[in-house]
Amino acid sequence: MKKNVILGALTVAGLSAGAAAAGTLDDVKARGTLNCGVNTGLVGFAAPDANGEWKGVDVAVCRAVAAAVLNDPTAVEFVPTTGKTRFTALASGEIDMLSRVTTWTFSRDVDLKFTFVGVNYYDGQGFMVPKALGVSSARELDGATVCVQTGTTTELNLADFFRTNNISYEPVPVETTAEGQQQYLAGSCDTYTTDASALAATRASFEAPGDHVILPEIISKEPLGPLVRHGDDEWADVVRWTLNALITAEELGVTSANLDEMAANSENPEVARLLGTEGTLGEMLGLDAAWAKRAIAAEGNYGEIFARHIGEETPIGLARGLNAQWTDGGLLYSPPFR
Amino acid sequence: MTTLTDPPQGSFRLSMLINDTRYRSLTFQAIALLLLIVSIAYLANNLFANLAAAGLNIAYDFLGTPAGYDINQTLVEYNSRSTHARAALVGILNTLLVAFLSCVMATVFGVLAGVLRLSNNWLVAKLMSFYVEIFRNIPVLIWIIIIFTIMTAVMPAPRAFRGDEPEASMLLGLVAFTNRGIYIPAPVWGPGSLVVVATFIVSIVGVIGYRRYATNLLYSTGKLLPTGWPSLAILFVPTILMFYIMGRPIGLDIPELGGFNFRGGIQVGAPLIALWFALSIYTGAFIAENVRAGIQAVSKGQTEAASALGLRPGRVMKLVVLPQALRVIIPPLISQYLNITKNSSLAIAVGYADITATLGGITLNQTGRAIECVLLLMLFYLTISLLISAVMNVYNNAVKLKER
Repeated sequence: MKKNVILGALTVAGLSAGAAAAGTLDDVKARGTLNCGVNTGLVGFAAPDANGEWKGVDVAVCRAVAAAVLNDPTAVEFVPTTGKTRFTALASGEIDMLSRVTTWTFSRDVDLKFTFVGVNYYDGQGFMVPKALGVSSARELDGATVCVQTGTTTELNLADFFRTNNISYEPVPVETTAEGQQQYLAGSCDTYTTDASALAATRASFEAPGDHVILPEIISKEPLGPLVRHGDDEWADVVRWTLNALITAEELGVTSANLDEMAANSENPEVARLLGTEGTLGEMLGLDAAWAKRAIAAEGNYGEIFARHIGEETPIGLARGLNAQWTDGGLLYSPPFR
Repeated sequence: MTTLTDPPQGSFRLSMLINDTRYRSLTFQAIALLLLIVSIAYLANNLFANLAAAGLNIAYDFLGTPAGYDINQTLVEYNSRSTHARAALVGILNTLLVAFLSCVMATVFGVLAGVLRLSNNWLVAKLMSFYVEIFRNIPVLIWIIIIFTIMTAVMPAPRAFRGDEPEASMLLGLVAFTNRGIYIPAPVWGPGSLVVVATFIVSIVGVIGYRRYATNLLYSTGKLLPTGWPSLAILFVPTILMFYIMGRPIGLDIPELGGFNFRGGIQVGAPLIALWFALSIYTGAFIAENVRAGIQAVSKGQTEAASALGLRPGRVMKLVVLPQALRVIIPPLISQYLNITKNSSLAIAVGYADITATLGGITLNQTGRAIECVLLLMLFYLTISLLISAVMNVYNNAVKLKER
């Protein structure tokens, strides 16, 4: 009897543990790895390559954070999440941060209690159709069957778009990019809709990418960025400024190649502050002085990451467009490091 | 003279709760109940404290807000401006639809396979045991996905029906089999169609009446009337006559290729077909085993006695064996029906909009109200399962052995 009471008490204690957690930054440091939620597989943003190594723009953010905090860009435990499981995974503490082409919206920020730390890709929702269908505008899609990833903002934008244009459609909900791709190629839907960047990435993995076109209409704003749980501002700051460091590095011309040289010789005080040779920015974050240097060394600055994974040289072939630096007419604009 | 008196009744003492066998079990049950209540209260309190700490609360306001998403199969009026509660209703109806269709079809499959498995024909018996063993030993989710994949990959897309020499054509010009579903003609009810429907209903009553008359005649005079073809005739002849008398009021809305899809007619979506068929054929294998067990539970002497009376094998099965077997078959059948209803939540795998996909999927995900949605889901499945049990228990009471 006594033993049972003790066992029961232990169970109850076990169930209630994890409610009161210390700061995520301390947790990550103590654990020695960063648990980062990513896509289940979206080439260019987050997908394992032939060697099973995760690659992509979203993955690079995780690696930069791991490098800044843990001094090891490989100390990341990638947790593949679907559109449906991602928020539960983050809210429950299974992952420390979510970097999974997630659109920054009011209700996710306010109602779901997450903190979006910035934008690492400005996107918009588009439609892909087979060329043979002879469709040139999304407004011609009246009566079409549309494959859409369920649990995404895409699903809601889709309903709004067809409603405002007073045309009808039939949704086919799919769980993952792979499932959507399979259904689309089998012809069980006429068009596949998701963020235009993901469409380009999906099309790049087709056998005959030339047989499919992405329609010109972009029907929504999709600022995609990493996010963390509400209420842990120290951790949010670390992720936010790591992302900003990558963006600022490109603006200031700091690349993974000239990193050491810039750190040693740059005359620009902002470069010196960024790379930790001047000032105490790292200390303020609860990290050491070289945090940003390590973040940039992990996969290069924002421009390098973009070019390597989704840029025009890659099969995905996305232009910088909105994602150019503000100095080049884009929207990337990091607050200053001072 | 002695009088017998009751032994002296000692007054109740506290120690009797432990020492007296009359009270001891009650004491322990009370303690166990108390512990259970305390632990549940503790866990619930813990849950609410943690939710409050995370800034979340339990609220059902979201059910009244617009859902914002569309659903591909709706049995009631629904659009993206309807509320989440409405979306949940659409999901409930879709769940009930697929559960009902699957229960009926699984019963048909199960009874056929169960009876045929006991057939004296070696080939038929072996084929049926092959069916049972294959289907019940592979998870139903795999069957759903296999059937759905076969449908989407093998059937032609609607665009294959287009052109002067299309790759695919409609069956009899009426039914189109596509990888998005099967399009069948829909009836169009013209004026006067009510009379035809009424005639049909009267015919059904007529068939029941005729069969009852035939049975009574058999029991009272021993004269056997044929029931097969007269029933069919009573069922169809008046209705068909009335159909032509009223000037063919019921037309057919034949599906036609328009734009991207077939339009008109009734669309039976591929997800519904995959789910329906997979659940039926999977659960049918279990029901087949129940039926076989039920039949084998009827003592062999019954069959032999019936045969000795000169009944043909079909009659032996129908009149003697099956009615007795039902007593054994019904209780496990109830749990198979419950399984079908609960397994229908696997609909999410093929994008069928059941309650798990709408309320427990999209709504949960778009509103982030996980606890509320899951509680509602649990409540729904619990209610529906208990209802099915209740209805089936009424039927079970009707067929079970009457003990007098």
